[in-house]
Amino acid sequence: MNIANTTAETSVAAGARQDIIGPYGPKPRRMISRRNIFLYGTLFVMAAYYLLPLYVMVVTSLKGMPEIRLGNIFSPPLEITFEPWVKAWSTACTGLNCDGLSRGFWNSVRITVPSVLLSIAIASVNGYALANWRFKGADTFFVILIVGAFIPYQVMIYPIVIILREIGLYGSLSGLVIVHSIFGMPILTLLFRNYFASMPEELFRAARVDGAGFWGIFLRIMLPMSLPIFVVAIILQVTGIWNDFLFGVVYTRPDTYPMTVQLNNIVNSVQGVKEYNVNMAATILTGLVPLVVYFISGKLFVRGIAAGAVKG
Amino acid sequence: MTAMTAANGTSVSIQDLSLNFGVVTVLETLNLDVAEGEFIVLLGPSGCGKSTLLNCIAGLLDVSEGRIFIKGKNVTWEEPKDRGIGMVFQSYALYPQMTVEKNLSFGLRVAGTPKDEIAKRIARAAEILQIEPLLQRKPAALSGGQRQRVAIGRALVRDVDVFLFDEPLSNLDAKLRAELRVEIKLLHRKLQNTMIYVTHDQIEAMTLADRIAVMKGGVIQQLDAPQTIYNRPVNRFVAGFLGSPAMNFINGRLEDADGGWRFVADSLEIPLGTYDFAGPPAAGPAVFGIRPEHVSLNSGTGWPFSTAANVEVVEPMGSDTLVWLKLAQQNFSVRVTSERTPNNDEAVTVGFDPMRASLFDAETGNRI
Repeated sequence: MNIANTTAETSVAAGARQDIIGPYGPKPRRMISRRNIFLYGTLFVMAAYYLLPLYVMVVTSLKGMPEIRLGNIFSPPLEITFEPWVKAWSTACTGLNCDGLSRGFWNSVRITVPSVLLSIAIASVNGYALANWRFKGADTFFVILIVGAFIPYQVMIYPIVIILREIGLYGSLSGLVIVHSIFGMPILTLLFRNYFASMPEELFRAARVDGAGFWGIFLRIMLPMSLPIFVVAIILQVTGIWNDFLFGVVYTRPDTYPMTVQLNNIVNSVQGVKEYNVNMAATILTGLVPLVVYFISGKLFVRGIAAGAVKG
Repeated sequence: MTAMTAANGTSVSIQDLSLNFGVVTVLETLNLDVAEGEFIVLLGPSGCGKSTLLNCIAGLLDVSEGRIFIKGKNVTWEEPKDRGIGMVFQSYALYPQMTVEKNLSFGLRVAGTPKDEIAKRIARAAEILQIEPLLQRKPAALSGGQRQRVAIGRALVRDVDVFLFDEPLSNLDAKLRAELRVEIKLLHRKLQNTMIYVTHDQIEAMTLADRIAVMKGGVIQQLDAPQTIYNRPVNRFVAGFLGSPAMNFINGRLEDADGGWRFVADSLEIPLGTYDFAGPPAAGPAVFGIRPEHVSLNSGTGWPFSTAANVEVVEPMGSDTLVWLKLAQQNFSVRVTSERTPNNDEAVTVGFDPMRASLFDAETGNRI
């Protein structure tokens, strides 16, 4: 009896000291567990898979041609030279012109900036009207727009060539801007419509009672609340239009070729020596703009995609 | 009602209003006259069309048929802003990127009101609603009650004739709801504006309204003062919807025996000598309804009707107790003060005056 009592007392006392009896507090996590090895192993392999080509490109672009001919594509450059970069930018021959990618870069800027602004401006108003002002035939209009997103571009290339020729814009940059804006419309409108539809309906009604009209509600109530979705739209459009090759090569002339078409002309030229270092530098230069856009706004992009995906 | 309308003038008049969404009829040839300065509550279960009616009055929904007058002006085709209405929403609907002050002034800025006038009106509204310290905050930094106050303020600054409330208290917790209910009532006394208030909460309806319009299926079932609706419901739906705990219903027959009309169910016979019939009664199946608080337990045999029963279950609710028993093999509840709570299975006598009861036609549900 006495002994039993004492035992109970000691166990109570010991229970207060976590180091003696049983687990206490957060469960310790081992760094090297089977789960971690699997997780980080997969991540490492995937990262290496995507980074290795980039590494080869950067390394090769910094080598001279004699060094490249040695064939050790993974070895770092013995003698670093920036000459291929300079050549790719300013003197490489792309078909008729020999002033490098610089011409194409500025062409691409002149194509991308207006296309992005125009398509987003129109699509955001489209999406807003579809989500909030249920006009007659809105559903039919929306279905037609969505169907447009599933038609392969190639089907429409030739009709558009004819249309542009008839209105006198074929071969000009503004023609290409219009084409890009039109082809961005279905997916962007869907994006904006879903985002605006996820906003509370009563907010829109309150603004109407307050006397704001179509544009008043859009500019003063909706726009300030929709930064994330605009970032998503900008990223989608900048990368999509910058990376476009098909429309660029079809709807422009050699002196208005965008950067991607020029890059193709440099890399795929069949005459003379293949200058691998110049090709690599040119490729990196061309891909730089979308890369920078992703790095700057990656976080906002993810947030915006998540916000737009909530309601269908 | 007609007298009151004539004396104060009509503020809102809804005439033959119908609304269809395709084949679905939401509102059916609805007529409603709201007097100047009156507090009308539209009460009904969800989907009865009460919010739809409010949106029609606000001009947020186009009507299919009929017309709406506000202050004697036909506003059927007017935009919401031109109707002289202010609206308060269930979700507050404050503009999240604007401060409270900007939220309040948005409507005035859209209308191009001069700056000093805006400042004056905001100061007045902020004082009435006691939200002066909150003016520079964003809605996200406010509590639910504060947000709803700002939402009311937004209607207040616009100096409107009619306030429309769309379930303004439904998003608040019970305690805050009771507080704001009183505040809204005080606000109405202070402003003397016409107010139309939509709710599914019968307590809000009973406490706030001058008149309640009970709606079901897009039709106003009864439009009357709260006490009338409570004591003399026009049909079984209204009787069952108002009152908590709910009214007791006993299915049986109305019979004309020697010595007057009586209600018969099973072995139960209730003489209806004191009952005030709505029209000349006819024999046939009927429903007898009486509220639990109008029934008395163990209080002698002085009642026009009394009978013996056994207690089945007792539900103590704090201030009072609900006693469940069976009359004519049908569930029947009696509300007693908590000091007089009987035990389970105790034999009791139940007594009431049929004057407080309501009789309904078993088929149509209309009051007899």
